[in-house]
Amino acid sequence: MNARLLNWFKFSSPATFYPLAGRLVPIFTLIAVALIGVGLYMSFFVAPTDYKQGEGYRIIFVHVPAAWMSMFIYLIMAFWAGLGLVFNTRLSGMMTRALAPTGAIFAFLALWTGAFWGKPMWGTWWVWDARLTSELILLFLYLGYLALQGAIDDTRRADRAGALLVLVGVINIPIIYYSVQWWNTLHQGATISMDNGSKMGVTMLWTMLIMALGFWAYTIAVALVRVRSIILEREADTTWVSELAEVRR
Amino acid sequence: MKARHKRLGFLAAGLVGLGVAATLVFNALDSNLSYFFSPTDVVQNKAPADHVYRLGGMVQQGSLERGQELTVKFLVTDTANTVKVAYTGILPDLFAEGQGVIAQGRMGPEGVFVADEVLAKHDENYMPPEVADALDKAHKGAPTGVANK
Amino acid sequence: MSVAEFFDMGGYALYVWGSFGVTALFMVIEPIMLRGHRRAVLQRISRIVRMKAEEKV
Repeated sequence: MNARLLNWFKFSSPATFYPLAGRLVPIFTLIAVALIGVGLYMSFFVAPTDYKQGEGYRIIFVHVPAAWMSMFIYLIMAFWAGLGLVFNTRLSGMMTRALAPTGAIFAFLALWTGAFWGKPMWGTWWVWDARLTSELILLFLYLGYLALQGAIDDTRRADRAGALLVLVGVINIPIIYYSVQWWNTLHQGATISMDNGSKMGVTMLWTMLIMALGFWAYTIAVALVRVRSIILEREADTTWVSELAEVRR
Repeated sequence: MKARHKRLGFLAAGLVGLGVAATLVFNALDSNLSYFFSPTDVVQNKAPADHVYRLGGMVQQGSLERGQELTVKFLVTDTANTVKVAYTGILPDLFAEGQGVIAQGRMGPEGVFVADEVLAKHDENYMPPEVADALDKAHKGAPTGVANK
Repeated sequence: MSVAEFFDMGGYALYVWGSFGVTALFMVIEPIMLRGHRRAVLQRISRIVRMKAEEKV
């Protein structure tokens, strides 16, 4: 048992995580390209027309994956933030930092594609209903986290402040998810849920899931690349960094 | 106890406290967080009598009357109560009888809600036209897309 | 579906391509920027490592 625990903690050292991440990047890149490639093809050439929204509904194939990722990434950030605050590990702060920009991008894309979908279907680019407003708050949380990281010079302090912000904001995630149940909203309820299955044609559902998985693989690849750069920056003074092949070149 | 356990304890306590605070705040704000009132709310006088608000429900089948120019009248229902709405302007593409709608405006004389903006609210179902046709034949006249509550 | 119909997206062209287009833009630019950043970091560290090596000589 002790030996296995030690193996886990081995990877919490930036020096051992760096090469591991490096080996994982091409794998997840490949998965992302494959899934998104197939997903895009299905989005336009396989998924049928919608009975009510015609071809316009196809926005769902980027809107929902982006929205899901914006929430999921934040939860993962909260996980690393909590871990960092409790165990004081350097890598936790780095992982939180590595995920934030991608999360912010997906939150923005969820709002952008949502606006472009709302205008033709609802008749407006934006409403201040509970779901849209809480997703906007999520974007502000991401941006606030990034601003905090930029503003505080001391890395440890920046990580700790950022982690606290992330954890305080985590209450927003169930709010986004349950907003359409708890309050009257313009945004419709869940098409896919654990309790009620799916209210979507099978082909449409598969297309959306493939795109979502593709976005998830993309996120992992991008976060691993980013964390490697963060590790290099923060561990620049160490021997193992100066001995890296890519540095000695 | 270990420093790590103390930090965990503080973190857990902090999160619980945050959760309690958030619950209290949302309980207080609950009604204000809803984007619209239902026809039942209006009939029970829960909607403001003298300023702008939003009314949401379903356009009752057969209630749409097109007047001159771009004026329309229709009934909004939540199957328990209905409210008459009058609107002048362009309606969204998805506006239709039997579909969800959110009208913004204020209650006018004779219990007619005068709207200055009408938005279409659609439901969470997505399906190809042939499936929709099959469903239509099976449940003739069943409503789709109603208010959340 | 013809090419023209494909680009028209049943009348929803602006909204569909406005969505997919901006999404694709961000998901291409993000990796490109990451590559540039990694290169800049490596260059900076290499320079410092080289300088330190020269100092020792």
